[in-house]
Amino acid sequence: MAEALNFEKAFDVEGGNFQNAGNVSGQIKGILKELGVSTDIVRRVAIICYESEINIVSYAKRGTITLSVTDEAVKIESKDEGPGIADIEMAMQEGYSTASAAVREMGFGAGMGLANMKKYSDHLIITSELGVGTCVKMTVMNFQKMLHPDLPPFTL
Amino acid sequence: MTLNDVKEILEADVLVGRDQLGKPVKTAFAADLMSDVLAFAKPDSMLLTGLTNPQVVRTADILDITAIIMVRGKKPTEETIKLAEELKIPILSTKYILFETSGRLHARGITGCIVKVGGET
Repeated sequence: MAEALNFEKAFDVEGGNFQNAGNVSGQIKGILKELGVSTDIVRRVAIICYESEINIVSYAKRGTITLSVTDEAVKIESKDEGPGIADIEMAMQEGYSTASAAVREMGFGAGMGLANMKKYSDHLIITSELGVGTCVKMTVMNFQKMLHPDLPPFTL
Repeated sequence: MTLNDVKEILEADVLVGRDQLGKPVKTAFAADLMSDVLAFAKPDSMLLTGLTNPQVVRTADILDITAIIMVRGKKPTEETIKLAEELKIPILSTKYILFETSGRLHARGITGCIVKVGGET
């Protein structure tokens, strides 16, 4: 039997560094491909990761994105030191945004970020404290593996 | 259709990826909002956009986009070109506006990644 997959790595993201935004997501995508995670899951994780990274760069001083991968699921935790979210329910609504002009010039900040993160993850929890920061935990399940436990790790 | 056909149809300049013009393309997504691209674009499609910053290339990389077509004669920044070369993502630049670019490609058989939202097929 193949050894169970258990991978974890944390990446620092610098707030305000628009030039580098997306670098961590690119690295995470590469790692997932190397681990043999199926294309569809790599894509979904890459998208939620990229939106998380854009959020940290756009709003926070700094943050950490932690990737953990097991046979059952890929988890992304995006934790930042930033202003926090006053009204999470409102922030989850498509089109609601507090983004700056710089963020909008990049092609973001239209209030789609959290909506996309929700759309592409199977489970998402946001906790936030004003003046302290925000933490978003997202899970993408490997349903194929759960339905067919005899499959080798992460191949469809 | 290949990227080389796209280049001819759009009378486009190839700024990055001259060695990749043989790549086949069937679908495209057009937007200036990267979050919409992330929400709707499918892998192996072209991204038609008027944005020129490095985030366009990052977005294309995350989604396995075949090529970026910059419309309205937009030229990418140096950082954008550098990143595209590093990530091996072709960039074409056309003088046609986004509407005209989409129309010319659609008339030649290129279809959208999705037709409309809701059904998402």
